[in-house]
Amino acid sequence: MDIELMVSSFPKLLGATVITLKLLSVSLVIGLFIGLIFAILRLNKNIFISRFAYGYSYIFRGTPLLVQIFIIYFGLGQIEYLRSTVLWVILKEPYWCAIIAFALNTGAYTSEILRSAFQTIKPGLIEAGKSLGISNKIIFYKIQIPIAIRQSLPAYGNEIILMMKGTSLASTVTLMDLTGVAKYIISTTFKPVEVFIVAGGIYLFMTFIIHNVIKYLEKKYSFSQ
Amino acid sequence: MELLAFGDTGWGDELFYATLMTIAVAITAMLIGFLFALIFTPLKLSKNKFLNLIANSYTTVIRGVPELLVIYLLFFGGTGAVMYVASIFGYNEYIEINAFITGAFSIGIISGAYSTEVFRGAIQSIDKGQFEAANVLGLNKFGKFFKIILPQTLRLAIPNLSNVWQITLKDTSLISVTGLVEIMRQSYIAAGSTRDPLFFYSFAAVLYLLLTFLSMKLINKLEVRYSRGY
Repeated sequence: MDIELMVSSFPKLLGATVITLKLLSVSLVIGLFIGLIFAILRLNKNIFISRFAYGYSYIFRGTPLLVQIFIIYFGLGQIEYLRSTVLWVILKEPYWCAIIAFALNTGAYTSEILRSAFQTIKPGLIEAGKSLGISNKIIFYKIQIPIAIRQSLPAYGNEIILMMKGTSLASTVTLMDLTGVAKYIISTTFKPVEVFIVAGGIYLFMTFIIHNVIKYLEKKYSFSQ
Repeated sequence: MELLAFGDTGWGDELFYATLMTIAVAITAMLIGFLFALIFTPLKLSKNKFLNLIANSYTTVIRGVPELLVIYLLFFGGTGAVMYVASIFGYNEYIEINAFITGAFSIGIISGAYSTEVFRGAIQSIDKGQFEAANVLGLNKFGKFFKIILPQTLRLAIPNLSNVWQITLKDTSLISVTGLVEIMRQSYIAAGSTRDPLFFYSFAAVLYLLLTFLSMKLINKLEVRYSRGY
């Protein structure tokens, strides 16, 4: 056991954690937005719109995240037309390609989580709102969305942890996130166990924090209060 | 389309064999995972605090650390570990571990952590009366487990195991980093030599979708079979 290496690699890995956290937070925010839109589309009465939303979530949940990143990073650059548009400023950066892939991926899972949350809201609550003369818009924003968020908290907490693990794939498109730096140190020192303990410890710590924050929120917004 | 031709001119046959490789790795990993679950589920359910701790550390660490990191650990550390064990038995030659074994083993460890949780949940949700009834009938330990508990566990576990299978199948794409030629690796090679990454990665996505779709169909049949009595 090379304690010295563990100590010396800790600051490097901690620095890389910042990139991991940036990737995670930006893609979660965009993904939540995408997820909400597609959950609403999914519940639309128009069969084409709801099929389209279902197709989106089916494709992104049925293929590995790695394929999605590679299509966006390596694949889209191949289209000549894209290279001449403004979009190319974003798509030539591995950082933004990774974020687009993560956001689309987590958006697909989030839309499923939110859809099932919307569907499990008791119709009585909406009827109660209607009988009080509240407009549909207000019912949606003030009744349905808060209840749906509460319902989906446990599942969404799992999704955040899965996404945090997913950001490790950014290392495959040259980004030096926590896993990327860990791999670099392993391949230069050939001490996989030591680096795994330090990097894995940082990941576990983040999992622990996320888990507890979600638990706290669940308690805070529980129905019994 | 000519890019997918079979034979020397296209990548059809290569991708076909790569798909078989993905299926083989996924099935092997799933079975290795069951083996891990078989060891760790009893430890989780045991009344001994120390055994609980061992099983809980396994599932917590594996489910809290990225799959890629576990793969790197085994890819770079696996050879060293095996050679160390071999040296204890007096074998000092260089041992190279096959990429298939490393890959299937690392995905298996990951899938095992998820399977353990599934089996634990399933066994815990079986009615206590079933255990007591088995005792009353005078069944021995094996009879109790194989005739009473296991069939009921399977019925409860299959829907969740199907999720584990989907995760395992998709995780196999990650072992392409170790050089094993499965769908992702083959697409990477084809994309590199034809300079057509968009086509090949999209085709890889289609192959994965096909695999997940077909396995869902199969699992649904299993689910019906195991719910016969209900």
